[in-house]
Amino acid sequence: MAAALINVPKKAKSGDVIEIKTLMSHIMETGYRHTTTGAVVPRDIITSFTCRFDGEEIFRADLFPATAANPFISFFTVARKSGKFDFEWIGDNGFSETASASITVE
Amino acid sequence: MQRRDVSTRRRFLGLAGSTAAIGAFPFAISIREVEATPETMATAIRSVTGGATVQTGKVKLDIPPLVENGNSVPMTVTVTSPMTSDDYVKSIHVFNEKNPQPNLGNFYLKPGAGRAQVATRVRLADSQKIIAIAKLSDGSLWSVTTEVVVTLAACTEDVM
Repeated sequence: MAAALINVPKKAKSGDVIEIKTLMSHIMETGYRHTTTGAVVPRDIITSFTCRFDGEEIFRADLFPATAANPFISFFTVARKSGKFDFEWIGDNGFSETASASITVE
Repeated sequence: MQRRDVSTRRRFLGLAGSTAAIGAFPFAISIREVEATPETMATAIRSVTGGATVQTGKVKLDIPPLVENGNSVPMTVTVTSPMTSDDYVKSIHVFNEKNPQPNLGNFYLKPGAGRAQVATRVRLADSQKIIAIAKLSDGSLWSVTTEVVVTLAACTEDVM
């Protein structure tokens, strides 16, 4: 299981703008590097990141070889009700990871 | 004597290069910001804008102007927008000029985001120009351009 780090406030007041920070451990091999023998190191990156709240997509990102290793992405959302954030990373070679975090809105 | 030869050759190559570049551009530009950028970046930008006019403003790109290590460069894009259901930022696209490929990231937002701001970490292979373009819900496009200087380029440390 690849390691995901998620930072979502546990509690928020309704209407608060909250920041969500995510980090997924991944090598993000660009496919542009060569070994000492001249062979190309094949590309192995995460290509897509999606965040859903109670099943509804709230944020999505396309990732490229230009994304640094262990992709860090942060974004904002408005806390309206208690629920669950689901995060999904999809990439080369069948890479697929999920994580989730819950929030209580008062 | 040899030195002079080298410098003449360099000047010639430089001249030849810039002439070729000028020749390649006229059909590539639809907006002012893109004029000095290579063809691949212009193509990538066109695929987002569809050739529509991109205005300057509203977008803020926070990236260190002097980067010591291009392997991980923190970058934050903020767009001035009320983020209401009828006036919000649909997507943010970030492009670069000199990496092997022109995209740094595409981010798709929803009106419920509250604040049109995303942050990530990118790789930069050279000192270059970074362009962030925001697509708003009314279809208008806004951009900002920033120059960054990179001292240690991404991916070269393996070769050394």
